[in-house]
Amino acid sequence: MTATKLSKAATHDHASRIFDLDVSSLRELNQALHNLTPGSNETAWEVLHPKGSHSVAVGVDQPVTIDVRGSVGYYCGGMNSGSTITVHGSAGPGVGENMMSGSIIVKGDASQYAGATGKGGLLVIEGNASSRCGISMKGIDIVVHGNIGHMSAFMAQSGNLVVLGDAGDALGDSIYEARLFVRGKVDSLGADCIAKEMRPEHLELLQGLLDRAGVTGVKPSEFKRYGSARTLYNFNIDNADAY
Amino acid sequence: MTYRNPPTTPRKSATFDDYTLSEIRRAAATGIYDIRGAGAKRKLPHFDDLLFLGASISRYPLEGYRERCDTSVVLGSRHAKKPIELKIPITIAGMSFGSLSGPAKEALGRGATLSGTSTTTGDGGMTEEERGHSKQLVYQYLPSRYGMNLRDLRRADAIEVVVGQGAKPGGGGMLLGQKISDRVAEMRTLPKGIDQRSASRHPDWTGPDDLEIKILELREITDWEKPIYVKVGGARPYYDTALAVKAGADVVVVDGMQGGTAATQEVFIENVGQPTLACIRPAVQALQDLGMHRKVQLIVSGGIRNGADVAKALALGVDAVSIGTAALVALGDNDPRWEAEYNELGTTAGAYDDWHEGRDPAGITTQDPELMKRVDPVAAGRRLANYLKVMTLEAQTIARACGKNSLHNLEPEDLVALTIEAAAMAGVPLAGTNWIPGKNGF
Repeated sequence: MTATKLSKAATHDHASRIFDLDVSSLRELNQALHNLTPGSNETAWEVLHPKGSHSVAVGVDQPVTIDVRGSVGYYCGGMNSGSTITVHGSAGPGVGENMMSGSIIVKGDASQYAGATGKGGLLVIEGNASSRCGISMKGIDIVVHGNIGHMSAFMAQSGNLVVLGDAGDALGDSIYEARLFVRGKVDSLGADCIAKEMRPEHLELLQGLLDRAGVTGVKPSEFKRYGSARTLYNFNIDNADAY
Repeated sequence: MTYRNPPTTPRKSATFDDYTLSEIRRAAATGIYDIRGAGAKRKLPHFDDLLFLGASISRYPLEGYRERCDTSVVLGSRHAKKPIELKIPITIAGMSFGSLSGPAKEALGRGATLSGTSTTTGDGGMTEEERGHSKQLVYQYLPSRYGMNLRDLRRADAIEVVVGQGAKPGGGGMLLGQKISDRVAEMRTLPKGIDQRSASRHPDWTGPDDLEIKILELREITDWEKPIYVKVGGARPYYDTALAVKAGADVVVVDGMQGGTAATQEVFIENVGQPTLACIRPAVQALQDLGMHRKVQLIVSGGIRNGADVAKALALGVDAVSIGTAALVALGDNDPRWEAEYNELGTTAGAYDDWHEGRDPAGITTQDPELMKRVDPVAAGRRLANYLKVMTLEAQTIARACGKNSLHNLEPEDLVALTIEAAAMAGVPLAGTNWIPGKNGF
């Protein structure tokens, strides 16, 4: 049975539209997702046997839900615009890279560059994230239940990175206006990244992020806030040692 | 009558020349390296060191004004469903909005469109002026990802993954605070007025194996419609071209060290990378070794000025060339009509390269609302189209003289070199000899 027939049958039952990557190709999956138009009834999708495939559900621009049953390779949900993608497994490098809006939930761990350059939306990693989490982030919100690796939020421009566990070395190196909230320890801060006062508006913001990420039993007051000292914003030769 | 020893003429050092002395004094006074725009200014082996042979008894020419000489080229047919079809093999290189003013970007789009060729965004995202006035627009995918978004990616006609550029292979972008207007700041998601030193590496891939996966992602996002270019600076053209092909590129763009930049360190521009002439043959060789010459197209840029340069690049095996600096000059950059204002900036028309300061009298490399009014996008676009037309006619003139009914039929056998250096770099014989340095054991 071809995947197309299988998925049509599923639609008739008003169940999820199922794409089994054992029988249909990645190209067919992404094309079917891109063919969606506003108001489509095919709002629930399920992807079976991803088995580490790269570029699963990239460039989706309709508000559908996509449940990926297994682990994915690079760039799952890349440039996502409005869809809700749940990875019931772990994600390879660059999950949710350059996400515009919508949300991506990774039930397992995420590899390097999670949420890289993301412009908006919410990325939740229920396990740990690796190095360079939130690198160059530009408005995305990222919530990591576990720990994050070194060089996370490197050159982070805007958005919020929330870490319930610990952060590795050089957190927030060369950071711009992104906000970093870490509950555990930070191995070291990168150039121009400093601990900042947690004011009431930050506690409120953080509570909102925890709520959106489905985190319970954790209080905003348990976190420390980090951000830019803004000393590297305009070049000064006396700061050359910082680079 | 007293005897006086004959004096010697005061002699300046070739090593410590006037420019070098002024740079030492400048560095000592300021404590910071010199930053400027444009590409390498030093004298380098270049297309001027090559000559065409023309027709003779063994080759017959085509009639100059009567017989057809095709100039069209298709880019991206390897994988893309919708390749780029250009009427002329001269494209406009990537230059950012931010570095350039809105009217200048619009003029580039207008000029390119009138000429049946493409223009390219830059490290600052896609503007409406540019998209609206460019029939064929190449969208750069840069390490900074400033302004990168799904909608623009899908309304681009091709995507260029930028790994490096000739003026600064291994360097990132630089846009100083004085050019960060509200609009530029918004497009780049950064506070107004701060310096932007964009990343030199992509944030989510490293090396050729990752690049292959990144290209797959871009193809999947855009449903395999758009050609994917990979642009590299002229560092290791043989291996960079081969690796780009291996990673799945439809088009490889190699930018030599004469290629311009909006701003970087003078020491970087003049001392890192290889001349354009030295990059071409290794890049062509890589394609030939892989059996991909003419299947993956090669675009070369950096110091292309006239139809002879275009013809020479094509004869060496290139599919198309790109112009940046020359296009800006056609729009009005460094025009002597602004000489008094150049003098006020401590420079002269033809030498102005402080593009990062945003005070360009010609209104091109600025975000100053008053200065940018000096660029009339319609008239400037027309000038660019005229210039592109002249370059094309010049290249056709040479090709017909060599007996070619297409610019792409020009070949290395049509060329000789004036210098041993150029002969070695281009792989063509030294004029008057059959000697190609490095070939046949010599």
